[in-house]
Amino acid sequence: MVQFTLPKNSKVEQGKTWPHAPKAGAEREFRIYRWNPDDGRNPRIDTYYVDTKDCGPMVLDALIWLKTNVDATLTFRRSCREGICGSCAMNIDGTNTLACTKSMSEVNGAVRIYPLPHMAVVKDLVPDLTNFYAQHASIEPWLQTKSPTPRTEWKQSHDDRQKLDGLYECILCACCSTSCPSYWWNSDRYLGPAALLQAQRWLVDSRDEATGERLDNLEDPFRLYRCHTIMNCAKACPKHLNPAEAIADIKRALVERQV
Amino acid sequence: MAETRSLEARTPAERPLSPHLQIYRPMLTMMMSIAHRITGFALYFGTLLLAWWLIAAVSPNGYARFQWFAGSWIGRLILFGYTWALIHHMLGGIRHLIWDTGRGFGPSEREWLAAANLIGSIAITLILWIFVLLTMGGS
Repeated sequence: MVQFTLPKNSKVEQGKTWPHAPKAGAEREFRIYRWNPDDGRNPRIDTYYVDTKDCGPMVLDALIWLKTNVDATLTFRRSCREGICGSCAMNIDGTNTLACTKSMSEVNGAVRIYPLPHMAVVKDLVPDLTNFYAQHASIEPWLQTKSPTPRTEWKQSHDDRQKLDGLYECILCACCSTSCPSYWWNSDRYLGPAALLQAQRWLVDSRDEATGERLDNLEDPFRLYRCHTIMNCAKACPKHLNPAEAIADIKRALVERQV
Repeated sequence: MAETRSLEARTPAERPLSPHLQIYRPMLTMMMSIAHRITGFALYFGTLLLAWWLIAAVSPNGYARFQWFAGSWIGRLILFGYTWALIHHMLGGIRHLIWDTGRGFGPSEREWLAAANLIGSIAITLILWIFVLLTMGGS
């Protein structure tokens, strides 16, 4: 459902300003979305100052610095700190990306950080990804075959393997899906760019033998066709993949099997 | 023990919805998608205008009324807006056709297509109006 404004309990309020960095002179201002499930208050924006001389170059470095030195209650997901786990996906400076691969120097002025857009917030910068993962599961992201299992491995030519490039690298960080206005309004029925990119990954896999069933599952006005090529997904992807193009390829595959 | 009970008694706070449209950086392709929707919606009213013109053609009095409206500055402004909406939406449709062939998704192509859509629609509208005003003498 299209709803342009936030519900009453989600309206963002002015939060507190935390103390300046101890060794002032090389500090950076951060405005960060906070919401605590335990205090019964609305979300708010807190202002922090990071000592950039004492901190690494990435936005994630700054978040960890703040949690260590200023406010231990600041909550966010992080793991690999090198852009392969997808945990630290958030909205930084207006676009979705990974905090660990986004340099502070890429942002002008105060660094504004929100959780991934239009998601239920668990706490601070942690969104609830249950529905997102369920959508990924619904496209059955595993090899499905009918022919007898070979004695060795399922073989694939070099050329066929190359068809998976640009699709298999997805780390399921949810940057793309939560950047998509169509997904904002219809995430209950529209699968979203991330799940559809993975759908295409299994559709083009030369070893997979469930192509017909996979296409049947996608042929739906909402599941697939809510994509209106807005392109936010392709612009947001921190792995430089192109979900919009993958979705167009699925749409074409559906047309081609009819003629 | 008392603490455990109070934790159990407490109902969990309803999770807020994170900000979306309010905070997302407006980008050309996203804005052009919105513009495509708005112009498409505006065309409904433009079609009403077209219907009025056709219906008015039946009677001289009615047609004079339409002509008076279409010649007034507000009428011209609306007609100008209708022309732009029509051409913008048509070029947007062509952009969608290109996408349907699987082309135009690359990082530079998608920006180029969006810019061409916008600049093209403004240019064609202006050329059309200049041509019409010159040949018809603006009457």
